[in-house]
Amino acid sequence: MAIIKLEQVSKSYGDVDIIKGLDLEIRDKEFMVLVGPSGCGKSTTLRMIAGLEEITDGKLYIGDRVVNNVHPKDRDVAMVFQSYALYPHMSVYENIAFGLRLRKLPKDEIDRLVTEAADTLGLTPLLDRKPKALSGGQRQRVALGRAIVRKPSVFLFDEPLSNLDAELRVHMRAEIGNLQKRLAITSVYVTHDQVEAMTMGDRIAVLHDGNLRQVGTPLELYDSPQNVFVAQFIGTPNMNMLKMTVSDDGTQLVHPDITFQTPKDWKAGINERKGKVVYVGFRPEHIRSKEEHDWQNTAEIRSKVQIVETLGHEVVVHAKLANDDKSIVSKMDVHKTPKVGDDLVLEVNADKLHIFDGDSTNRL
Amino acid sequence: MKIQIHSPSHYITDLRYPWSKHLTQWPPELFVEVACGIHRNVVRFISNKGRVYALKELMTPIARNEYNLLREMEEMGLPVVEPVGLVTNRHEGVSQTKLRFDLVGDTIDMTGRALLVTHYLEGALPYRIIIQQGIAVSQLGQMLDALVELLARLHLSGIYWGDCSLSNALFRRDAGLMAAYLVDAETSEIYPTLSDGQRAYDLELAELNLAGDLMDLEAARQLPAGSDPVELANSVVDRYNKLWRELTYDEIFETEDQFKIEQRVRRLNDLGFDVEEMEITTVDDGERVRMVPRVFEHWHHRRRLSSLTGLQAQENQARRLLNDLSRYKAFLTKHEGHDLPEAVAAYRWLTDVYNPSLENIPGDLKGSLDDAEVFHEILEHRWYLSQASGRDVGQKAATEDYIVAVLQRRKAGNFVAGDDSFVKTNQR
Repeated sequence: MAIIKLEQVSKSYGDVDIIKGLDLEIRDKEFMVLVGPSGCGKSTTLRMIAGLEEITDGKLYIGDRVVNNVHPKDRDVAMVFQSYALYPHMSVYENIAFGLRLRKLPKDEIDRLVTEAADTLGLTPLLDRKPKALSGGQRQRVALGRAIVRKPSVFLFDEPLSNLDAELRVHMRAEIGNLQKRLAITSVYVTHDQVEAMTMGDRIAVLHDGNLRQVGTPLELYDSPQNVFVAQFIGTPNMNMLKMTVSDDGTQLVHPDITFQTPKDWKAGINERKGKVVYVGFRPEHIRSKEEHDWQNTAEIRSKVQIVETLGHEVVVHAKLANDDKSIVSKMDVHKTPKVGDDLVLEVNADKLHIFDGDSTNRL
Repeated sequence: MKIQIHSPSHYITDLRYPWSKHLTQWPPELFVEVACGIHRNVVRFISNKGRVYALKELMTPIARNEYNLLREMEEMGLPVVEPVGLVTNRHEGVSQTKLRFDLVGDTIDMTGRALLVTHYLEGALPYRIIIQQGIAVSQLGQMLDALVELLARLHLSGIYWGDCSLSNALFRRDAGLMAAYLVDAETSEIYPTLSDGQRAYDLELAELNLAGDLMDLEAARQLPAGSDPVELANSVVDRYNKLWRELTYDEIFETEDQFKIEQRVRRLNDLGFDVEEMEITTVDDGERVRMVPRVFEHWHHRRRLSSLTGLQAQENQARRLLNDLSRYKAFLTKHEGHDLPEAVAAYRWLTDVYNPSLENIPGDLKGSLDDAEVFHEILEHRWYLSQASGRDVGQKAATEDYIVAVLQRRKAGNFVAGDDSFVKTNQR
């Protein structure tokens, strides 16, 4: 059982707080992705788990024991890096086995572990080959073999795919995801790429400015972001976000370019919010032209097309609002592509709104 | 496309190079063959205006990070390859049609790709080349010591290497020893100070990487006979821990043993490190003294030699040259009957000893050795000749014999490069 638990964990460098009272539990066998923009503290968190960074305050558990002061070597974790150079004169077998040989394991034990790792990675027929006879994907698998052959309790991945070409990156995402499921080893994966996070994680922890902003499954984060930051960080293109006012009678959310009826299921203390500012978000797939949807509850918005991105299967349109400096983004049908400069009348699915407090920016 | 140049002395903005293409698709005639190690990224070398540059294909954020780190390390005076420039936005301003027809083979998506440009370190070699030339076990040990020293220097400066290996360093001969240079900082990070955990993990990675490097040499049958890759890799941990302890341990001694402070500073200087301050506190009710050195990586001897003579040398070379300078100063003092200021002695040594010795060396015999290394070898040769004849043979005679007995034989290929047995077998 390798549960990782961070209890009120903080990290500071002098007066600068990098991680601020982080509470997070990573379940046994779970694939947890830490995601956030540069400087959010995700790599620092990973390194505290690895034992590379000292913890300023709080407790870090791996399994049942507090490991704050446990040497990295004794934590039974394996860090997996972005890529490894394979040794050209050594076979695939030797490239996987050399770390075990360094640890002076008996030969038959090395043999058993390498055979098992090769089997898991589908490398068995290639064990006698030299690296130059392997494809790019096979080489990456050999590199993974090096990490898994140790059989650690926890895998820690620090942006392992950031230097790969797009095609190989997509391939390796799938490889790592499948491998983690097969091995059933608790894994923590750091990335700044939210697409990578959404496609790989059982759960995702979104960090911003040293704080945990939300933790949940990819769908929970997408469908119910708990604050404006998560709402805008998760999803491509970003969620549209308008600053609106709750009408004095509380029945409407008002913006110079669009008015929504206050959602019926929105019970978030409407009386205290009358006349107050809220942020209202809607995803680009929830704003379309009238002919392209069958939504029941909608609100109309007018805009002028600024940019059209044709992605093949769909079109992303950026359009400027008439009374706001902001642009809105819509995912549209590829066969009904507008032109730059066109006036556009779109409708927003009012059943798919996300409403956030104007001050705290938390979900209401 | 955008080219950032770090140093105005390097003009690599030659637009005849196809910067927008992946290095694997540049015409091969643009590249030059130089000694290089194993790379996990695509690396090629070009020669431009008499200088050789290494170009490395990376994704932009990683290239930018490495470029900035190398610049910082260089400014800190650490032994790293010189970062020259960064080429980014390579896909911009190039039409897809042009790309498709210009390229040989498959098109490669160049979005987000960058080229990191570094100045090729002349006279520094990858470990594989040095080992292929023939190397004794003791020299392999020197190479590991050089790498350990580099790692310790980085750690003292708050730098986590993250991928210390023989492959990620270059080696230069340094007064019969080796000096190591960091050439790959992709995984490095700079902190105000490193935690023990960071240092320990960096060392663990170094041990693992070295084991891989050495086992690969073993597989290629290039490891010196009698060497065990596992034992050698394990030994790196001890080497590092010993050095680190010497650099940082607290020493407690009796109050009257003040000479121990000077002893410690000298020992650290001899290792090539500078002591910025010595924290002294009394313990045991003032009966004893605790001393904690604050050691910084400042290339003590290099800096001193440079300030006295203007000569640029490696750390061990500098130490050797400074010893000779001291010897000459003592000789002058005795000969002239009064003590000479250091600056005067340095000038006299340069004009009477150093320059005349080197002027006598035919250029075609020096090979890849730099002046400081040649001078060091002459000093070594002088010592052996003097030992053999039971008297000091003098610099002039030593230089003349060195040309014949060492350089000419070396050019003829009569002994293994770097092996000092030639000196011993040629004693007269």
